[in-house]
Amino acid sequence: MHELSIAASIVEAVTETAAAYAGARVIAVRLRVGALAAVVEDSLQFCWSVTTEGTPLAGAALAVRKMPVVIHCAACGVDAEVGGVQSFRCPLCGQPAADLRQGRELEIESIEIEEPEGEALVASGEKDRR
Amino acid sequence: MTTRIVELRRGILKKNDELAAGLRARFHAAGVLVLNLVSSPGTGKTALLERTLRELLARGFRAAALVGDLATDNDARRLAASGAPVRQINTHGICHLDAEMIGKHLEGWDSLGAVGAMPSSRIAAAMNGSPAESAAAVATGAHLAALDFLFIENVGNLVCPSSYDLGEGIRVALLSVTEGEDKPLKYPTLFNSADAAVITKIDIAGPCGFDRELALRNMNEIRPGIRIFETSAKTGAGMEEWLEYLSSECTGRR
Repeated sequence: MHELSIAASIVEAVTETAAAYAGARVIAVRLRVGALAAVVEDSLQFCWSVTTEGTPLAGAALAVRKMPVVIHCAACGVDAEVGGVQSFRCPLCGQPAADLRQGRELEIESIEIEEPEGEALVASGEKDRR
Repeated sequence: MTTRIVELRRGILKKNDELAAGLRARFHAAGVLVLNLVSSPGTGKTALLERTLRELLARGFRAAALVGDLATDNDARRLAASGAPVRQINTHGICHLDAEMIGKHLEGWDSLGAVGAMPSSRIAAAMNGSPAESAAAVATGAHLAALDFLFIENVGNLVCPSSYDLGEGIRVALLSVTEGEDKPLKYPTLFNSADAAVITKIDIAGPCGFDRELALRNMNEIRPGIRIFETSAKTGAGMEEWLEYLSSECTGRR
């Protein structure tokens, strides 16, 4: 239900980052979304297309990498992935494990930009070395 | 044209998280324990809070509440009958509270002056910061320092509120006996992110055919070891244990 405000937050962060690369166009935004992040991907994709429509981000792909829940089992001393989000038990020993190490992520991992050759050199500070 | 990858590694809700961290520091400096109450609509957040506020005030604690709803100030009026300072947050369609709304509704909360005189030690604690922070504390945070508890009743919703940190010290998830014992399994994110849980309306557990053992088991599957209270705001059953918990958490965090 809050995918629209999440899409708006992504637009804000990506626009801010992309502003440092003059003339560049954002072609993809890569996200890491934990299984416990309470985000529905279909809904997020829809909100992304609506939010970016008519903006420089229009047409940029939203690539979502799903992160499974990983717990830490103190008894076994390991980090282990649990299947799904219905039970938080160590898959090795079966003991309940409340120590969550992964699965709540809701972050922008990276953006992929396309930029004109000359501008790329300016942005990376290599122009003088030419 | 060339393409390149720019690493960001940035939380999408970074802005909210930063504001929440600021609120948390402010609450800590003011010595106020903040609880965020989350549940589906109709679980009885307001009923539990009405009775909690009344009983805490009767025991000499100072408590206030912020209450979120899409529309109406019905809940604020119900809660204010307890005598505690209450402020309604209308989200106008937004399905959750966020840290910005909380910060905004704490500004200039003058009615908090009605809570009572503030001990000088608490004022000093609230003003124990940089000159700029102290000025802010005088304007807003100083009122917080007159409180023992601030309750935030979130918008009734079992999904979205779990993503938004409000700077609270304790997140409490409520489940009523009318809702079905598998709610924690259906909405794992919310129950997993809670620090404590309250099963409400236990006075009608029998007629509802509520399977208590199953509900407790499900909650423990989703959040192993979670502290669970069972209450009836109507009869007062279980309230004593809940109030004792609040009182000890409040003292423990000073």
